[in-house]
Amino acid sequence: MNASPRPPPPTNIAPLQRVRSLFFASVPNGVATLFMLWLLWQIVPAAWRYFVTDALTAPADIKQCVQAGGFCWSFVQDRWRQILFGTFPYAEHWRAGLACVVFLSLIVVTLLALGAPTGQRRMRLVGLAWAAGLALIAALMYGGVLGLVRVPSRLWAGLPLTLMLAAVGTGLGFVLGVALALARREGPPLIRWLAVAYIEFLRGVPLISLLFVASILLPLLLPLGVDVDKLVRTQLAFALFFAAYMAEALRGGLAAVPQGQKDAASALGLGWWRMQWLVVLPQALRVVVPSLVNIFIAAFKDTSLVVVISMMDLLGTANIARSDAAWWGLYIEPYIFIGAIYLCGCTAMAAYSRHIERRMAKGAA
Amino acid sequence: MPQRAQRSALSRLWGQPRVRAAIWQVGTGLAVLTALLWFQGNLAANLARRSLDLGIDFLWGPASFELGDNPVGYVAGDSFLLAFAAGLGNTLQVAAIGIALTACTGVAVALLRLSHNPLTAGAAKLYVEIARNTPLLLQLMFWHQLIVRVLPGPRLAWTPLPGVFLSNRGLIVPVLGWQPAFGWALAALALGIVLAMMAQRRIAWLLPVLLPLGALAFAQPMAFDVPVLRGFNFAGGTTLSPEMVALVWALVFYQGAFAAETIRGGILGVPKGLTEAAASLGLSRAKATRLVVMPLALRIAIPPLTSQFMSLTKNSSLAVAIGYPDLVRVSNVAISETGRAVECIVITLAVYLVLSLATALAMNGWNARLLQRGT
Repeated sequence: MNASPRPPPPTNIAPLQRVRSLFFASVPNGVATLFMLWLLWQIVPAAWRYFVTDALTAPADIKQCVQAGGFCWSFVQDRWRQILFGTFPYAEHWRAGLACVVFLSLIVVTLLALGAPTGQRRMRLVGLAWAAGLALIAALMYGGVLGLVRVPSRLWAGLPLTLMLAAVGTGLGFVLGVALALARREGPPLIRWLAVAYIEFLRGVPLISLLFVASILLPLLLPLGVDVDKLVRTQLAFALFFAAYMAEALRGGLAAVPQGQKDAASALGLGWWRMQWLVVLPQALRVVVPSLVNIFIAAFKDTSLVVVISMMDLLGTANIARSDAAWWGLYIEPYIFIGAIYLCGCTAMAAYSRHIERRMAKGAA
Repeated sequence: MPQRAQRSALSRLWGQPRVRAAIWQVGTGLAVLTALLWFQGNLAANLARRSLDLGIDFLWGPASFELGDNPVGYVAGDSFLLAFAAGLGNTLQVAAIGIALTACTGVAVALLRLSHNPLTAGAAKLYVEIARNTPLLLQLMFWHQLIVRVLPGPRLAWTPLPGVFLSNRGLIVPVLGWQPAFGWALAALALGIVLAMMAQRRIAWLLPVLLPLGALAFAQPMAFDVPVLRGFNFAGGTTLSPEMVALVWALVFYQGAFAAETIRGGILGVPKGLTEAAASLGLSRAKATRLVVMPLALRIAIPPLTSQFMSLTKNSSLAVAIGYPDLVRVSNVAISETGRAVECIVITLAVYLVLSLATALAMNGWNARLLQRGT
């Protein structure tokens, strides 16, 4: 009558044997272990020396740092605000910082809402939060209201610029991407053909050349005397670029919605638009959430390409800090500093995306 | 039915799906056409104001900029067309080397990550996380600075292998000069492939390996041009510029992590039953991996791998940020020299587009063949 399974047999493997089975199970395995140990022996003490023993903190100047040969913490302590906010007026840095905080909370809220089993109501709330948040960010960055000093957009730099290009670019790209994916799957021949041509064209060319299109070619395509802000043009290029990738990701999601769902919606008397909006898209989106998060991670990293058209995102400000006369002689410190920022952000998002994927796999099983 | 009778003729027309589709198509087509015409009109007005015209005649004119080493042998004074060819050659060269190295890195790291040894699996995971979660351009600039500023000069160059020197002047490696023996070897290779295809036996595929080796052994070329330190720089061998080394290294470091994850996904995608079947047939783990798991895993992984190799090719355009003369950089320099922005950008876009579409077509063909063969 006792239905509980028997406990597994006791594993009384000696610790030494366990180590052997893990690290020296076979000759290649043992060689790999020894090689890795040798590598660690080379890397860990060197890294320790570089970041701790030979690294100098605050009062140290460039000469002492270069002489010590380690990571120059003193440089980071001195210049972190310039790297994070760049040319934004020094006294107004708190505004740029606050804008970053708003951006980060918006991104976190969106990711959480995307990860939760979605409801239309929640997505509407997220949309409202974005509208309010963007208005707040615009007020903080641009100024001119509530007695804030006006800061022209060419002075926006560093982390706020990176976050804006990525978040607004993927946001607009998402809307356009949904339209493209629907056009490709459901549209009549001409519309489908146009959508395919658009998607394949944008996926076939490097982002850099699109940025050159936005910075060099686009002004030539607009009427004489119309001068669109460079930031707006770049933002548009990002949105158009990521839309193609979003559309491609959504294509898989749309294909995963069973035909029966559409038939049921038709039987209920829903028209095409309401059928897509109420029945198809919610299901399609749920499937592709991990891909969408991955596209956002890619966007967050790819915004660094704007340094090529001389805009000062996080990488741009790091370059400026590297060529700063007061700290001339440090070459890799700025990159390590912003690399750590990117690494934290992207690793967290990637882990979250994997978490959603695992939960979906479990739900499907 | 009384309700339907009340609807006007127009709304009845709108109710027919075919009419609606036609209206949508005509509307969209007109909108796209209008936008294109508008852009074209603006472009014409803008060009007229700057007294420029459109045309590709400038391609045959002489270009005055230097590009450094390139596969087509362009030097300052040659035509712009040759300069673009040099840029494309550089792009393809970096892409080819990068793809080969990325594939090797990907397989190696994927196997390391899947090993039961926590040390190797952990190290591989750490590499993948760092490489995937930082921007490629950041990595590229980091490695470039590291090579140009931190590496020692030629006198103290690192020699990881005899005849190979890594210094702040770049990577210097021995080269095999072109010798008649290579011609014989190539001919032998072609002959071997033809014979093997005619023989239709698996063993016959040894011929294309053995014949060229035989030809090489017979003609005895093997005169390496080994670099040596003379004064302050190296003589002999071939020098890969610091920019090229940084670019290839960064591309392989970044894209290798993605390739590793794709290949790992492919390996994990092979049903467990097949591995167990291989084991029960008495295949060793290494043999089972080589004969059963890898062929199936590659079948899963090859379509996404191809698109990753394509994105490596597109990403090689980041070269422009460190001054390596790839296609995008040539186009930029040409723009600043001639002012012909439209033509140069269109040429660049078209070249990348053709490369992408050709890869995609080849990939579709390959997929169709796999599906046809079934298993």
